[in-house]
Amino acid sequence: MADLLEVRNVSVRFGGVQALSEAALTVRQGDITSLIGPNGAGKTTLLGVVSGAVTPTGGTVRLAGQDLSGLPIHLRAQAGVVRTFQNLEIFSNMTALENVMTGAHMKAGYSMLDSLLHTPRFTREEKRLRELAMEKLEFVGLAERRDALASDLPYGEQRLLELARAMASGPRLLLLDEPAAGMNNKETAGLGTIIRRIRDELHIGVALVEHDMELVMDISDRITVLHFGSVLAEGTPKEIQDNPDVVAAYLGED
Amino acid sequence: MGLFRKNFGLLAFAAALGLAPLALPNDYYINVLILCCFNALIVMGLNLLMGYAGQVSLGHAAFFGLAAYTTAISTATLGLPIPVGMLAGVAVSAAVAWLLAVPTLKLHGNYLAMATLGFGIIVSIVFNEAVGLTGGPSGFVGIPRLKIAGFTFTSDKAYYFLSAAVLWVATLVSRRVIGSRTGRALRAIHVSESAAQAMGIDIARHKRFVFVLSAVYAGVAGTLYAHHLTFVAPSSFGFHFSVQLLTMVVLGGMASIWGAVAGAFFLTSLPEFLRMFEEVDILIYGGLLIACMMFMPSGLAGGAQAIARKLKAGVRRG
Repeated sequence: MADLLEVRNVSVRFGGVQALSEAALTVRQGDITSLIGPNGAGKTTLLGVVSGAVTPTGGTVRLAGQDLSGLPIHLRAQAGVVRTFQNLEIFSNMTALENVMTGAHMKAGYSMLDSLLHTPRFTREEKRLRELAMEKLEFVGLAERRDALASDLPYGEQRLLELARAMASGPRLLLLDEPAAGMNNKETAGLGTIIRRIRDELHIGVALVEHDMELVMDISDRITVLHFGSVLAEGTPKEIQDNPDVVAAYLGED
Repeated sequence: MGLFRKNFGLLAFAAALGLAPLALPNDYYINVLILCCFNALIVMGLNLLMGYAGQVSLGHAAFFGLAAYTTAISTATLGLPIPVGMLAGVAVSAAVAWLLAVPTLKLHGNYLAMATLGFGIIVSIVFNEAVGLTGGPSGFVGIPRLKIAGFTFTSDKAYYFLSAAVLWVATLVSRRVIGSRTGRALRAIHVSESAAQAMGIDIARHKRFVFVLSAVYAGVAGTLYAHHLTFVAPSSFGFHFSVQLLTMVVLGGMASIWGAVAGAFFLTSLPEFLRMFEEVDILIYGGLLIACMMFMPSGLAGGAQAIARKLKAGVRRG
């Protein structure tokens, strides 16, 4: 399968700290690629470089061959790169449904004039957006919570809501930053199933940063191990588990 | 049925605005109502900016004043037709907001408040010092009374109905903006700029849009104000008024269009009710403000909602 995301030779420096040096990451269409490594290895920074939140000092980021370097965050989102957040960033002032409809912001095909005059196009498009949002809420199992204020949802459901919101924007590449953080085992297993369905049914590429090794080993197609800002190893879950360098640096220390 | 229920608020508002003059004991109060409409217009725009999009402005009196002086100068000094002067007034407010938005809306929270505060003060100084243009501190006299297509709004009642109609249209526009994807984007920006960006929302463009829109609301109010009073002075457009507007937004209820109307009408008419208390009126005014914010921290709109919820729950319990 073709490479959806190609990150090459990316370096990032924060003041005196070299957060990433010559890091690389590849995500293929319809694959789940996990980024693992000890705390401070640069995983979130690397996701930030892809989403546009972090400006690298060097290197390239390509999505399906298109160079994303220099594009601001919202234009990368429009190109198909959409992320979720390690520290939840749900829209707490909206209902669950409105959150997901906001995710579908770019999909709305009407102008300000349409919304002022409530033209048939406005009504039609809003209806379509609502249906699209409901579909995504159903996908993550939150359909009955549609009218709940997002901030009233329990933590695990807020994580799922963020996922539904990201899905609603129609991404080609989904960046998930510790989506299982704060979830119990049952919720994590449910999340694993949802991420797998994102890959298998929607053929979206997923880049996953996650500390839950059971989840990572279970659902990943490929794994990239970061260590002090550089790639230590890259391969299938099996190869990574058998890699002596990785075991020494990271996995074995449990 | 669905259509009626969805627009019930707007219909009720139209009826209330239309019937309000009947409830007045004498014609003096019609002027208070007119002022309520002007303030409600500005506060509604400011609420779109602050309540929905989360961008604080401490300089909104300046947009109100810029439009008022522009139409005053255009019509009285230059002799242009009144509609042209009014359009020019609104256009100047909008254009200045657009120019100001480019550098300031990159700022967050207190910094944005400071920048708009500075802007308001600068504009206020210009009104005072450009004596040749504005008449300086003693004000600008001789602005013509509003006349559109041969009809002069001589009676205050006619002016009230015009102002009320404009306010009603502004309410409709606000509701439709908020009910669209732009409205959702603004509310998203309020809570999390990074998440909004991640959804493909162009934050800079949306902030600029709502800033200019709020300046247009203030500008419309400013032009109506100038042709109603036929006299404007810098003291009406200073820092004090900006803070009053902000108080109306917060007291009415952030992120609520009806709250903006309620806050503006309440705080604009309150001094009239307190007049009988003579020297302690300002103390009572302050006391009421504190009490409102203590017992209704989410404003009049939030308070009303909470009461409605309680009543509903009571009815259900029987």
